[in-house]
Amino acid sequence: MITEDAMISAPEAPAPVADEPRQRPRSSRRAWDEVPRRQIYLPLSIYLLFTLIPFYWILLFALRPAGSTSLVPWPMTFEHFDKVWTERSFGTYFQNSVLIAVATLVMTTVVALAGGYALARFDFRIKRGFMLALLCSQFVPGALLLVPLFQIFAKLQMINSLGSVIIAETVFQLPLSMILISGFIRNVPYTLEEAAWVDGCNRFSSFRIVVLPLLRPGLIAVGSFAFVHAWNHFLFALMFLSDQSKQTIPVGLNTLMSSDSVDLGALAAGGIIAAVPVVIVFAFIQKWLITGFSAGAVKG
Amino acid sequence: MAQAAAVAKQPAPPRRRRGSATPRKLPYLLIAPAGLLMLGFIAYPVISVFYYSLQNYNPTKPWRNGYAGFDNFVHAFTDDPQFWDTLTFSAKWVFVEVGLQLLFGLALALIVNQTFVGRAVGRALVFSPWAVSGVLTSAIWVLLYNSQTGVTRYLADVGIGQYGTSWLSDTSTVFPAAVVADLWRGVPFFAILILADLQSVSKDLYEAAEVDGASRFRQFLHITLPHLKDAIVLSTLLRAVWEFNNVDLLYTLTGGGPAGETTTLPLYIANTSVDAHNFGYASALTTVAFVILLFCSIVYLRLSKFGGGDK
Repeated sequence: MITEDAMISAPEAPAPVADEPRQRPRSSRRAWDEVPRRQIYLPLSIYLLFTLIPFYWILLFALRPAGSTSLVPWPMTFEHFDKVWTERSFGTYFQNSVLIAVATLVMTTVVALAGGYALARFDFRIKRGFMLALLCSQFVPGALLLVPLFQIFAKLQMINSLGSVIIAETVFQLPLSMILISGFIRNVPYTLEEAAWVDGCNRFSSFRIVVLPLLRPGLIAVGSFAFVHAWNHFLFALMFLSDQSKQTIPVGLNTLMSSDSVDLGALAAGGIIAAVPVVIVFAFIQKWLITGFSAGAVKG
Repeated sequence: MAQAAAVAKQPAPPRRRRGSATPRKLPYLLIAPAGLLMLGFIAYPVISVFYYSLQNYNPTKPWRNGYAGFDNFVHAFTDDPQFWDTLTFSAKWVFVEVGLQLLFGLALALIVNQTFVGRAVGRALVFSPWAVSGVLTSAIWVLLYNSQTGVTRYLADVGIGQYGTSWLSDTSTVFPAAVVADLWRGVPFFAILILADLQSVSKDLYEAAEVDGASRFRQFLHITLPHLKDAIVLSTLLRAVWEFNNVDLLYTLTGGGPAGETTTLPLYIANTSVDAHNFGYASALTTVAFVILLFCSIVYLRLSKFGGGDK
């Protein structure tokens, strides 16, 4: 077994070495592609300063003691995090935000998957009208529908319950998610499903066994967008949740900002708490984004 | 025997079900959850906005409620200077933001599309503010613009500007200050979309142009830009609608101030409905905003001949 493995991997090992001479002439042939290095690094560094200084700034304020004007966060302190987590109830906000974002993710993905499948695989009478409605809804701003939405949730007795925000976030995520997912499903050949039916699957089991695994990258992208969007969004939570124990992190940040004397350390620590899940999700989907990019490159 | 009979008979009913009953109902069943949610929470609110735009409706002044005809619209266009001010500011905000975001996003995409050492890290860092929320962007820039310990203090330390300057509370600096804060978050959106599209430009075209002796600038002008056109048209349109509608950043960063200097139309509408409880008038303004957005989008798509380019 071991020798077999070694034999299999042996011819592969020198491959990179063999590749290099192949690449070198190609890059020299592409001399037109060679932009002078400083034309890349100079503007890029300037832009990176603009991008990174704000991130550094918030870290600095979160980690240095109150009243310090040092430009390095030393001596480092976590008092702001303690304070914002307990005194400013960011612990509660965090739980609420996680609940809303996860529920929105699940609802958006499941509902959009069902609808996306119908749009990709069936011809039915109201399909064109439905597609048009999906596209038009992109122009409908949630911010301008706050009052009628508030009235609806008041009638449903859902004001001050996280359910109202979850529904509102899901509804405004749905159209785009459904359009995207139906596109992903169209990329899966229909013949795969038909083959599964021949093998005794019904429509649902063939979908689960054959299509769903192939949709994974697409679903991860759609799900992460829904999560990040619901995590970041501010207006619905501000309007529909009045109890302090029900509020979310963005609302908490706004409260910190709008108080008369802004506690900058607490604000910075709260901002970092708000950023952490988004950074994690971003790091997680980066891989899928890059595979998406390279897939596009192969096509071209 | 019974089993065998069942097996023998089975093919018939499923085929009938697959042939007629299930497939006809199934797509409707599948879109039902999405359809119902959108009917209830998008279509119905939109219709009720249209309805209220023709009403006097203010819960704090119930004696005046009732049918108003086009009074709300007439009021908006003839004697509400705030409507015109906020609409003008919205137009200026959208135009400046989308224009600058496109410019910087395009430049960045072209840069990180080159091959160079550290490209993966460079891309990740350039794109990083993309997922940051409007409120968090505000929080970060409040820290940066803060008059006591913000950047102005350190700039003053090295002799640039004065101590105690607050860019967000001065009417002459608040606009550029807010623009820069929103740019910080908005540029990556364009950079990502344009980069994705840049990857599909055929390398042969550049090689052919190189053989013909075209300069890099001319290659950009005649190959890259035409290729990117549809992506640019679509992303600027989506972004413009988004920038018009989005209130998170300005609401939390400036609150529309100082002195109403940075109030967009949607912010004004929110204030009219939430603070002043004038739902009828706010609905009329919302309707006007819808119509303006729709009209501008159609004109923009027509003028840019979207999708008409022959690649």
